[in-house]
Amino acid sequence: MADTENGTSAVAEPLDLVRLSLDEVVFVKLRGDRELRGRLHAYDSHCNLVLGEVEETIYVVDEDDDDTIRTVKKNSEMLFVRGDSVVIIATTT
Amino acid sequence: MADAPGEAAPTSSSKDPSSFLSEIHGAPITVKLNSGVEYKGELQSVDGYMNIALENTEEYVNGERKNRYGDVFIRGNNVLYISADK
Repeated sequence: MADTENGTSAVAEPLDLVRLSLDEVVFVKLRGDRELRGRLHAYDSHCNLVLGEVEETIYVVDEDDDDTIRTVKKNSEMLFVRGDSVVIIATTT
Repeated sequence: MADAPGEAAPTSSSKDPSSFLSEIHGAPITVKLNSGVEYKGELQSVDGYMNIALENTEEYVNGERKNRYGDVFIRGNNVLYISADK
């Protein structure tokens, strides 16, 4: 209770890291070669996320040339992400 | 038939996987995901789902460093293994 305020002791369990990122811009890697960057408004224990002002980057392999990877960008004002597609959530500094 | 549990355990100070994890808190580790991507960093914490919090993290794809992150949360279902680095 008392020691949840300072430094690393605030991360008693991994999800505390996500809690500390509330209202911050986070980088989220998803299954299916997708990445998101947006402000974290809410999360739960499944890693369901609500992100605001999101930029989504999708990496797609070129149809006729397998070696070339294209990126497709999409922007959303607000996004609900289902937790099971989350791979990592990283803080951005 | 079976004697006291733990009697035939390998000669290691760890008794079970979770005590291995508690021993390496704060230590540098490598986490390999099912996708093959690896994350190297200092272990902050692990929970029962094997969700992992890492500090000073580097991302390796095909053995090449691709990214650096400050703090990373890894969702446990993606974890293949956790390795304690030297």
